[in-house]
Amino acid sequence: MNNPFIVLPVIFQLFVAVILMFSWNSKNLQKLISVIGSLIALLISLLLLIQVRQEGIQSMQAGGWMAPFGITFVADTFSALLVLLTAISGLAVSVFSVGSIRNARVKFGYFPILHLLIMGLSGAFLTGDIFNLYVWFEIIIISSFVLLTIGGEKAQIEGAIKYVTMNLLASVIFLTAIAILYGLTGSLNMADLSLQIAQVENRGLVNVTAILFLIGFGIKSAVFPLYFWLPASYHTPPPAISAIFGGLLTKVGVYALLRVFSLIFVPDDFLASVIAILAMLTMLTGGVGALIQNNIRKVFSYLIICHIGFMLAGLGIYSTIAIAGAIFYLVHDIIVKTNLFMVSGLIFKFKGTYSMRLLGGFYKDKPLLSLLMAVPLFSLVGIPPLSGFWGKLMLIKGAIATSNILIIAFIILGSFLTLFIIARMWAAVFWKDGAALPKKKQIKYFEELKPLKRKAMISSIAFLSLISLAIGFGAEWIMQMAIHIAENLMDPSAYIQAVLGI
Amino acid sequence: MEILLVIIIGLLYAAGIYMMLRRSLVKLIIGLILLGNGANLLIFLLGKIVKGKPPIIEETEKMLGELYADPVPQALILTAIVISFGLQAFAIILIKRAYKVVKTDDLDEMNATDEDL
Repeated sequence: MNNPFIVLPVIFQLFVAVILMFSWNSKNLQKLISVIGSLIALLISLLLLIQVRQEGIQSMQAGGWMAPFGITFVADTFSALLVLLTAISGLAVSVFSVGSIRNARVKFGYFPILHLLIMGLSGAFLTGDIFNLYVWFEIIIISSFVLLTIGGEKAQIEGAIKYVTMNLLASVIFLTAIAILYGLTGSLNMADLSLQIAQVENRGLVNVTAILFLIGFGIKSAVFPLYFWLPASYHTPPPAISAIFGGLLTKVGVYALLRVFSLIFVPDDFLASVIAILAMLTMLTGGVGALIQNNIRKVFSYLIICHIGFMLAGLGIYSTIAIAGAIFYLVHDIIVKTNLFMVSGLIFKFKGTYSMRLLGGFYKDKPLLSLLMAVPLFSLVGIPPLSGFWGKLMLIKGAIATSNILIIAFIILGSFLTLFIIARMWAAVFWKDGAALPKKKQIKYFEELKPLKRKAMISSIAFLSLISLAIGFGAEWIMQMAIHIAENLMDPSAYIQAVLGI
Repeated sequence: MEILLVIIIGLLYAAGIYMMLRRSLVKLIIGLILLGNGANLLIFLLGKIVKGKPPIIEETEKMLGELYADPVPQALILTAIVISFGLQAFAIILIKRAYKVVKTDDLDEMNATDEDL
């Protein structure tokens, strides 16, 4: 089966980026092309998901070279769903950028790089070749380096040093792991590796390779104790860039972990318990780290780490229902974290600061907008029936089934910390009486913006909030899909059959 | 030949990690470059180094013999070199910018991102 349609989400983003480069000098045209391009990309991804749901796993052999010799692209429900979520976040961030990104940044190629980043993300989700996955990761990180440093403020550059170093280190570790894996099996195709790895006699070396993959992807997805680059860099770029980073970059690491540790390395008891312990410590350190922060973007950065722990816990428990819970949580988290960083950007546009100590009285000034912002905030906490609840429910169900009491305790602790932090933030930013803040000259406040820009910012937040609500209220539909994905991850024979035809 | 490569790879990894642990920005980049080169050599080593065995199927045979020089790792290395070239070029420009903006090359003094706003 050879279906070239599945790489269209990737090719199309490249196409948009190229078109954007040709309109380098016209800022307004760039904004228009970016938004329209993101809309079409959303449609394409939606069609892809529908096709995959109706016709089963689709694959494409690049250049007609049959697997396992050529590079394979595979779209199963997991990949297609994540490509769709990437497109949704991409659209929201593109619209939000129209309102919030300064022209000086647009002039240095903000929009083309944004689309190249989304291309890299879609490619990473769709590829079925481990070395190709490395290449997509590199495309993602080089685009994110440029986005992180564009503008060249002091904090940005310092954050970028830490971010670049850790990501390059992660890439080298990932490459080392691929090299050893190739030496062991002589294959790079992930479906083929799944079959080959079982026949390797040197089990010790296989386990070492698995740990190398865990470290490499662990750095990328900000797992304890390798997360410290994240809170040092995610609060430095403009909010639109933080939004796409916070929503998607760590999640692609989680995706790679879920894929590699279900398809290639099936975790034995030791590896599963290592992952479970890392997950628990990630939840704890992320939650406790967020407690003491004052900058709202730093609070969200630490909460990203805390919630990566939930997804990792699903892999640590390693049962269908727990992995389904992790996938549900992944779906919810991509949308809600993108939205939260945009919310923080909007608050900054009104008040000119991210400090919780200085902020206040937002609810009194803007009651309707505050209610809109409450949707992602409380979805994150997971108050039923909002979207964060269902994923955790399934995770806890999975943990009870395997009588893993410690994980349940940590999931509840992590949720409680999140609840406490968000409640405190709600009180500090929205309810507390705020003193009038001195106007800063270098900030363009919300009131000074053109109406179109204001509408762009608010509508992108409203769009993602609606999606969050839809995930919460339409939980059954997502849950069925998550269980279907988890079944396919636990039993990859359908995936292997779609790629190799056996 | 292989044992020599093994030692070189080990040295490159060790030197790379050691350089990354120093506080100087320049040494950080040198460390990353050494690590990247070590990884590339590792791929080369794992492609089974043999002399005079090109991966060409004989006319009388249907498939390759037991031992042949695998061409795939070389393609992988080529890709990895190009990628690391781009990333390292970016990283070098970045440390130049960082030195200009922060006015120090000591990593311990780069703590503006930890400030409480």
